[in-house]
Amino acid sequence: MSTTFRIALRFLTARRRAMLMSLACIVLGVGLFIVTQSTTTGFEEFFIRTVLGTNGAIRVEDRIQPTIRTMEVGNGSETAGYTIELKDGVRYIEGIEEPEQVIKALRQFANVAGISEVVYGSADIRSSFKSDEARVYGIHLADHLSVSDLARQIVRGDLAGFRDNPTGLLLGVRLADRLQVQVGDSVLLRAGTELRRYRVSGVYETGIGDIDKVRVFMHMGEARSLLRKATGASFIQVDLYDRERAPQDAARMQSVLEHSVTSWQQREKTWLDVFRALRISTGITVSVFTLIAGLAMYNTLALIVMEKTKDIAILRSMGYTRRDITRIFLWQAAIVLTIGAILGSGLGWGVTEAVSRMPIRIRGIFTSDHFVVSRSVWHYVSATGISIVMVMVASLVPARRAARLEPGDVIRGTAQ
Amino acid sequence: MASPTTDDIVLRCTGLHRHLGQGEGRVHVLRGVSFEARRGEVYAVVGPSGCGKSTLLYLLGLLDRPDKGEIWINGRLMSNTLDEARTAARGEHIGFVFQFHFLMLEFSALENVMMPMRKLGRLTPAKMAERAQFLLESVGLGEKTHRLGTQLSGGEQQRVAIARALANEPAIILADEPTGNLDVKNSAVVFDLLTRLAKENGQAIVLVTHNPEIANRCDHILSMRDGQFVA
Repeated sequence: MSTTFRIALRFLTARRRAMLMSLACIVLGVGLFIVTQSTTTGFEEFFIRTVLGTNGAIRVEDRIQPTIRTMEVGNGSETAGYTIELKDGVRYIEGIEEPEQVIKALRQFANVAGISEVVYGSADIRSSFKSDEARVYGIHLADHLSVSDLARQIVRGDLAGFRDNPTGLLLGVRLADRLQVQVGDSVLLRAGTELRRYRVSGVYETGIGDIDKVRVFMHMGEARSLLRKATGASFIQVDLYDRERAPQDAARMQSVLEHSVTSWQQREKTWLDVFRALRISTGITVSVFTLIAGLAMYNTLALIVMEKTKDIAILRSMGYTRRDITRIFLWQAAIVLTIGAILGSGLGWGVTEAVSRMPIRIRGIFTSDHFVVSRSVWHYVSATGISIVMVMVASLVPARRAARLEPGDVIRGTAQ
Repeated sequence: MASPTTDDIVLRCTGLHRHLGQGEGRVHVLRGVSFEARRGEVYAVVGPSGCGKSTLLYLLGLLDRPDKGEIWINGRLMSNTLDEARTAARGEHIGFVFQFHFLMLEFSALENVMMPMRKLGRLTPAKMAERAQFLLESVGLGEKTHRLGTQLSGGEQQRVAIARALANEPAIILADEPTGNLDVKNSAVVFDLLTRLAKENGQAIVLVTHNPEIANRCDHILSMRDGQFVA
């Protein structure tokens, strides 16, 4: 144990109450930072899992066609005027005309984990109770399971029943509830002039209200027949091994495929921005505790410097350098900070675990019946890092002031 | 008794000037003081309050810087060196005893005496503790080594301060009214201890005192008035 550390330990007891106040602020700052980051990140990650499990990491849809316009150059006189062709922008042609070609090209991308061709269109759905609007999604089940969490989203019935029944349907839970249909019931679907009867094979719940109240999955062949779309696809849903790389992959796919390609980050930008803003704002709010901890530490150390001027002078007279004196005060801050960070991390962990068991009913952008928390070591690292910066910076000022004390001045002032 | 040689001179100052205060309150406290101290000798600096005795002591102890003049410690010019060199010289060559003891009250007597040794780092922790124990026994506090500063009387605290000043075997002991805060009996005990231990180790002692009895028992008396030594 170094001498400066030994002295710092003893000096800590000089202002026990003030030190305890600094310690309490550090504990609260670290603990609450961990809790808020765990909950906001938890909800954000849950939302991302939900949208990835529903709409996939990447969606390839409308074909892109560059548009050309002509422009007259010159002053308009008969001799100087001529025209040039300029790329004016792009035009989107709805759907994918050659899905097999696009899928073949997509398979060349190393990061692609799954591909699902989808045909969709609007329809009216009618049960014996009422009718409603629906969005029919024609899928190849095996392919779609590779790009979504549909298998885990089934809440009533099962996928086997759907797989084995060519006229089977999977209904969103809110739509099923509104129509008051159960698994095994039959419903009528009308699209244009086509009217067909189907049987409900299962009910799924993504948690996203806008999907659960309109989306109806059916087999591709039936969808093509009902919607009268014999060829092509409405869009292709793609899953990736590394989903964080979706924006880069989407940009490359768009340039290669000449189709509009959207990553999940781009698609869900609004909600992702909301979550990020929430995470940052709560982080800033609870960092106030750490700021107070820094101010309390500054105040406490400043008091100790004032009280210990004689001790500082005598240490300097014994050969202790200015750096030694700075170290003594920084050690004090470091000791309190270490204890505070450990206790704060414990508090953060405990409260996070308690909050994760807290019941709360959330429906709309995702479904949860309890608080969702994310357990990441980075929350602890960030909380500790912020408290280190704030407390140590605040401690530097009194520590340097102590080091600047001239022993002669102190002793002369005391002796006279 | 052999005549002293230049090798015996451990402390020398020449033409020391020092002003204190600022503006209209600026006072010329030391006015060209010159002085030498030899090993094993005890010097008493006496004079009325405010004549510059303590200021001289702090300059000699490298706790303060002169406005003019030179200070030599063990043959090295120290008056204008960097703070690091002055700090190192204090730790190695100079021991201080102050009027108000200046013990670190959160530490025991033993720890207080070990404090300068820990900084110098010449001895192992076990040897430091052994030497601190020996010094405390020498000043009659062998039974109270583990008492905190707050649990010692004024006389005992001053004895700990003496043991601490001797810890690194410095060449020079500077004492600013070491008995000024003690009763007559304790004053005699402290002075006897200080001079006996210093003489045994061949250390020069420069002490500032108002006590004529103490001054008369020193080898040399240096009278000071208005910032100068007077005959």
